Amino acid sequence: MVPLSWYVTLSALMFVTGLVGVLIRRNIVVVLLCIEIMLNAVNINFVAFSDYLHLIDGQIFVFFVITVAAAEVAIGLGIIISLFRLKESVNMDDYNLLKL
Amino acid sequence: MIQQLPFIYFGGMALVCAILVVVSRIAIYSAMALLGMFVHVAGLFILLDAPFLAGVQLLVYAGAILVLYLFVVMLLNVHGRGPILQRQTPWAIILTLLAAGEMGYLVLKSHFYPKLPAIPHPSVPTLGNTETIGMVLYTQYLFPFEVASVVLLIALVGAIVMARGRGGVSQG
Repeated sequence: MVPLSWYVTLSALMFVTGLVGVLIRRNIVVVLLCIEIMLNAVNINFVAFSDYLHLIDGQIFVFFVITVAAAEVAIGLGIIISLFRLKESVNMDDYNLLKL
Repeated sequence: MIQQLPFIYFGGMALVCAILVVVSRIAIYSAMALLGMFVHVAGLFILLDAPFLAGVQLLVYAGAILVLYLFVVMLLNVHGRGPILQRQTPWAIILTLLAAGEMGYLVLKSHFYPKLPAIPHPSVPTLGNTETIGMVLYTQYLFPFEVASVVLLIALVGAIVMARGRGGVSQG
């Protein structure tokens, strides 16, 4: 039997990995991939607590998280394609349209 | 120890793949490492008695979302030259260390560390995993379910509008 704290620790480590990726990478596609890592870390937490408490609600929430992730990817990739058309680049440092 | 071996394998591989996503220089390699992470997280779901979610994870994440990423990466012809880190990296590292310290503190101080007593299984006869999810999803969570379908519809329309470009009507 694996203790609950192991799952929570793994989830925290994966979340921090995704956070590092979002903050330091320059390629905007990789930044979107790192958001997926963070969402998956949260899903592990939900399912671990659902298993521990013998409640199904955590797994239902994972379902909704996956739905929102799919919507986010569709919109995000659409935005990336629009930005690439505008700037001919996927470099985060080149996107400064909103800068004062 | 032998009981924890599957967790160590799936969890360790998921973590290694996540790190590979962050450090890979080429975007295609990042996407492939992300595929490995999805598969190993699905393994973790099976260990946690959620086989239906493991299937959904494989179908939706590895099957649909990742293919979308690969399409866009190949469409944009993203090459891996130049530095991979952006300009504000030192600040980002400081912020991340802060967040990691905070998270570690919370995990260590929380009341489920290191071990909680196991909760006894409810004595009611339980259905299978998929049946239970279906039962709860279509009764107790019916309204969020409908909202999720609206979110998906908006994403569908939004993605088409965003990716179509500035010209009003596309010729086709």
